[in-house]
Amino acid sequence: MADTTIPERIPINLVVNGERRALEVVPWTTLLDALRDRLELTGTKKGCDHGQCGACTVLVDGRRVNSCLTLAVMKDGAEITTIEGMARDGTLHPLQQAFIDHDAFQCGYCTPGQICSAAGLLAEGRARDADEIRELMSGNLCRCGAYPNIVAAIEQAMSRS
Amino acid sequence: MNNFDYSRASDVSDAIRLLTADPGAKLIAGGTNLIDLMKENVERPSRLIDITRLPLRDIEETAGGGLRIGALVPNSDLAYHPLVEQRYPLLASAILAGASAQLRNMASVGGNLMQRTRCAYFYDTTTPCNKRSPGTGCSAIDGLNRNHAILGTSQSCIATNPSDMSVALAALGALVHIAGPSGQRTLALTDFHRLPDDKPHLDTNLGSGEIITAIELPAHGFARNFSYLKIRDRLSYAFALVSVAAALELEGNAISEARLALGGVAHKPWRSLEAEAALRGKAATPDHFGHAADLLLQGATARSHNGFKIELARRAIVRTLMQAANATPQSQAHKKIA
Repeated sequence: MADTTIPERIPINLVVNGERRALEVVPWTTLLDALRDRLELTGTKKGCDHGQCGACTVLVDGRRVNSCLTLAVMKDGAEITTIEGMARDGTLHPLQQAFIDHDAFQCGYCTPGQICSAAGLLAEGRARDADEIRELMSGNLCRCGAYPNIVAAIEQAMSRS
Repeated sequence: MNNFDYSRASDVSDAIRLLTADPGAKLIAGGTNLIDLMKENVERPSRLIDITRLPLRDIEETAGGGLRIGALVPNSDLAYHPLVEQRYPLLASAILAGASAQLRNMASVGGNLMQRTRCAYFYDTTTPCNKRSPGTGCSAIDGLNRNHAILGTSQSCIATNPSDMSVALAALGALVHIAGPSGQRTLALTDFHRLPDDKPHLDTNLGSGEIITAIELPAHGFARNFSYLKIRDRLSYAFALVSVAAALELEGNAISEARLALGGVAHKPWRSLEAEAALRGKAATPDHFGHAADLLLQGATARSHNGFKIELARRAIVRTLMQAANATPQSQAHKKIA
């Protein structure tokens, strides 16, 4: 059997927002820190750093996850989508536009995580009404309390997708 | 977080070999609880063994009409699997009552069984805790114990098991398949977790070098008369103060089979065969449900702040059994309690 022990700095490849990025990480680097500190994608936010607030939400292979509780080394080869990758060809993602239309934020710190989480929710296709949106977005806290507008924005994006 | 070595296991026997070779090593799959505990310095593994590439992601029907669920199946995939939705809706409901959508996407079935208590003293490395540091004492027994156990406690520990999924698995009679240095074995889910007695640092009966490979559900899924009711301090994304998994088989209004398990009240999912036996042959009425609740809660002990849980549990049991009997299971999205 091959020796699978890996040396201290580990080379990994990520496809981040469609672009292949090669980097070397120590095993304890979270995906969040790799994105922010190594790849300079600071749109993804560090809130609680314990998986309780959802500010760090990104999509890994199309599924929403907390990047603060994810080790970068374990995602070698994965496709990552962050808030920087949501707009296409200069056009905002429908969720980004809906958040603007509904004023779905005040300070904006939770917004990248809210939008990535909502993108995951739309892809899952499990939410059918406002109650279900609220339940399935409960992993994203907004300390400004913009929840009614966030739900309205997601309802708009859901009706147009 | 402490520095640690990292290995990728290539197959189950490789994982067992790596685990056996380094007593300070831990397996990692979803990592949702382990990474959090490492950030708090509660867990300080010398090595993480990444098992996410092992072939334990299938959900297959068994010859006996049950379901075998690979240990690496994400919680969300299990809850939304068509066979689980159709045949084991109690399990789907319990999973969706727990954590957040992001965490359910990450967390594995095996990892859910291995998650540690959310006792605040266990997390706080400045306080004594027999579970974290054996022999230092329990800060919760005379401390802030509002969230703590009322059943099966010891003088060493009053922590609760936080899992929702395990409560449904206990009610459904699930099995846990395990592989280890001396081969494979199977435990009933109700024997997988243990009571704290004088060794609260041990949450489960998993031996050293052992790994969970699958969970097995028996054929009987109680898909018609079931409910999972979770009572907590906020409507979503919080651990249970009390949760109840109830499943009934009815002939008319007479109960032919009953399953009942509690979460949030003990070091393991709490089931009583006596309480379930007492329901068999009886009419599905609040009085009979109340009697079963009393049997299930026999021996419940209050500490300074958690006495409310005993009456809360009794009422939640009756309510959940009524929901099951009426085939109006608790919705985890629409919060009104039927």
